[in-house]
Amino acid sequence: MNIDYTIEAPVVEGRLTLGDIERLVAAPMESKPDKKFYIALSISGTFLLIGAVLLAMSFYKGVGLWGNNQPVGWGFPIVNFVFWVGIGHAGTLISAILFLLRQKWRTGIARFAEAMTIFAVMCAGVFPIIHTGRPWLAGYLMPYPNQHGLWVNFTSPLVWDVFAVSTYFTVSLVFWYIGLIPDFAVMRDRTTAKIRKTIYSIFSLGWRNSHRNWQHYEKAYMLLAGFATPLVLSVHTIVSFDFAVSIVPGWHTTIFPPYFVAGAIFSGFAMVVTVLIFVRKIFDLEKIITLNHLEKMTKVILATGLMVGYAYGMEFFIAWYSGVQVEQFVFINRAFGPYAWAYWIMVSCNVIIPQLFWIKKIRRSIPAMLVIVILVNVGMWFERFVITVTSLHRDFLPSSWGYYTPTIYDIGILLGSFGLFFTLVILFTKALPVVSISEIKAVAEGAQPNHGGAH
Amino acid sequence: MKEKKVYGLTALFDTPDRIIDAVKKISSDGYKKFDVHTPYPLHGMDGAMKLKPSKLGYITLVFGLSGALFALLFMFWAMSIDYPMVIGGKPFFALPAFIPITFELTVLLATLSTVIGMLTFFFSFPSNNHPLIGSDYMRSVSADKFGISIEAEDEKFDDIQIRALFSKLGTIQIEEIYYPDTETFPMFQKKFILFLLVIAILTGGTTYFVLNKLLFMQPFNWMMTQDKLIPQERSEFFSDGFGMRVPVDGTVARGFLPYEFKGEVNPASFLSNPILLTKKSILFGQQKFLTFCSPCHGNFGDGDSRLRGQFPNPPTLHSNRVKEMPDGQIFHIINNGQNIMPSYSSQTTVEERWAIVNYIRVLQRAKNATQSDLEEIKKESAANGK
Repeated sequence: MNIDYTIEAPVVEGRLTLGDIERLVAAPMESKPDKKFYIALSISGTFLLIGAVLLAMSFYKGVGLWGNNQPVGWGFPIVNFVFWVGIGHAGTLISAILFLLRQKWRTGIARFAEAMTIFAVMCAGVFPIIHTGRPWLAGYLMPYPNQHGLWVNFTSPLVWDVFAVSTYFTVSLVFWYIGLIPDFAVMRDRTTAKIRKTIYSIFSLGWRNSHRNWQHYEKAYMLLAGFATPLVLSVHTIVSFDFAVSIVPGWHTTIFPPYFVAGAIFSGFAMVVTVLIFVRKIFDLEKIITLNHLEKMTKVILATGLMVGYAYGMEFFIAWYSGVQVEQFVFINRAFGPYAWAYWIMVSCNVIIPQLFWIKKIRRSIPAMLVIVILVNVGMWFERFVITVTSLHRDFLPSSWGYYTPTIYDIGILLGSFGLFFTLVILFTKALPVVSISEIKAVAEGAQPNHGGAH
Repeated sequence: MKEKKVYGLTALFDTPDRIIDAVKKISSDGYKKFDVHTPYPLHGMDGAMKLKPSKLGYITLVFGLSGALFALLFMFWAMSIDYPMVIGGKPFFALPAFIPITFELTVLLATLSTVIGMLTFFFSFPSNNHPLIGSDYMRSVSADKFGISIEAEDEKFDDIQIRALFSKLGTIQIEEIYYPDTETFPMFQKKFILFLLVIAILTGGTTYFVLNKLLFMQPFNWMMTQDKLIPQERSEFFSDGFGMRVPVDGTVARGFLPYEFKGEVNPASFLSNPILLTKKSILFGQQKFLTFCSPCHGNFGDGDSRLRGQFPNPPTLHSNRVKEMPDGQIFHIINNGQNIMPSYSSQTTVEERWAIVNYIRVLQRAKNATQSDLEEIKKESAANGK
């Protein structure tokens, strides 16, 4: 248990050769899916179908089936949207920010986290579109020359959101694909099955591991990381503008952008850890996604959890310090009003429980870690619920106060989004390399020349 | 059999150190068209191959800047020139509010151009028919070996010399690579044409269905079918099938006064004009006369209808009979109707009717002006300086 943190832990454990690494990562794609895979897929598929059916009913009958009504017009759809966008922040953070910070341990988890980003943003994108009730008109969100001679309101945070989330999705997808190209080439050269070879060939675009290409490739990867870093920070900033630019008490605060970004990284890392714990076990990747990696992630969770806790406290302080009566009321109402139960779930899951990560034993215990990260996910969902619902249900006008209760449709669609996410994750683990083969090879022991090079 | 064209010679090495040394030797020997293939980028290879720094960043810079410029200019044009609208009290060119989208478009264009530029312009991808692809050499270098290839097009290419050089550098395997046979795909195969036809029918049918049928079905029909009463539409809700309701019998509208002489011929003795002949009331009467009376009676009351025979012309209002009528009689005719002229009591108010009567009197007087009237007018014009 005595770990010397002054020495950088090896990224790949167990002295794996390049061939071993490749075999390990490629194994899930080269074996037939087993029973466990189908069981997992059918569970997540069931949730997905429940969500799809309830969604179809919502479109046919109208969104009146949901709990959203005056005064809480932003119920579950917006809560879920912010939650999923937040989950989506870990991937780009790991692949871009940790890349720029030269954190080698990111290589084992980057691919998976990027994939989760893309799937989470897909889940997130569903919600604002269905919230309108007529998702087939979503094209109107884009500025295009039309016969009304109208443009979208470029000064509205909701339009910023459209641009931010769609840019984020596109850039994440491109970033992911760029990382996958060399791996597609590896798979192309490994496989002998004709159909798979064709598919891998198409997606590898004819990559031939040429160093003349690697040179530009590395440059491009760095440029993309450089752009993705401010992008990932901007996305949740803009999502927080949806709230902060309004004048609703409890929303109209300048702390929102950093608070939301910290929360996003917090929840995203928690989700990545949740899923990785299973993936490394099931696919035998414990030597590549090591316990050291997971421990480092719990440290990030601890740090961002503290930031989130600071934001909770600072909101109360500013409400008191500002002297604005409504603001003060909203925060007291948050902690002791009708939604106090949600507030205290949020505080205990996000601030109190992660403090256990100060203890090294818990940081290095997989079961304890799993429980805590799942609770963090729960807490972060409730954070968005608390922010959205408590501010709206009692705002300036006491005559229109109310209590928001989600219906079975709201809950079913939330479950459906989890179904969509996990279905995509499960399919991903079987279809694509869950760890970047070429990046892991590059950081394996003895993979780099030890003389005459740049290092 | 046709002689295969040689692409080049390749050699495999098994450690990163050895390949770096080999590459240094080959590039210093003056070979130009050589390439190194490694399963992952090796540190120090750029220097060994004497590669110039990548120019990819220029593409990023140019497209990133143009993304920013385009976004800003477009929002400026849309919000300040094309459709200026004050939103939230912001100026038309609200720079702080334009920053998020400017930033997003900068990132979007910069990243997409970098990637697309790299793949197409720098790499000439897709290149799945490259001679190296599919060779044993490629299989080795994408797994765990490191390789060098020297193309036959290089000026210094010499098979025997290069083989010797490779062996001296410690290669583990040398392979000769040939260009692949060019495959030809005839266009007019039965299968292919059938495939095209099926695709055409499928896409055509789907497009037709979506645009002409699906968009008019629930729920895509813009909420056309709703459980509500629509005025002037048939409704199953009421037994009479009308969506619109009539007032209860005996309902009196606000401000309604029953006309007590309805249907009488000449109640004029009871009616007297309450409106003074002022310029204002005459102009008001003129407006109402032109609106309600002139279509049949003509603009000057001559009975010259504008209806071109669709409705029988009324007699002139300049006859002695009309001229001698008391004001009350004309008022009564407007109110009650006469012969085929309907009542105008619902279209006009009491004040308007009396104003029309006054205007008719003005018309009658104007049509029968005397010499003394003209002199009056001249005097007035002179007084006004005309």
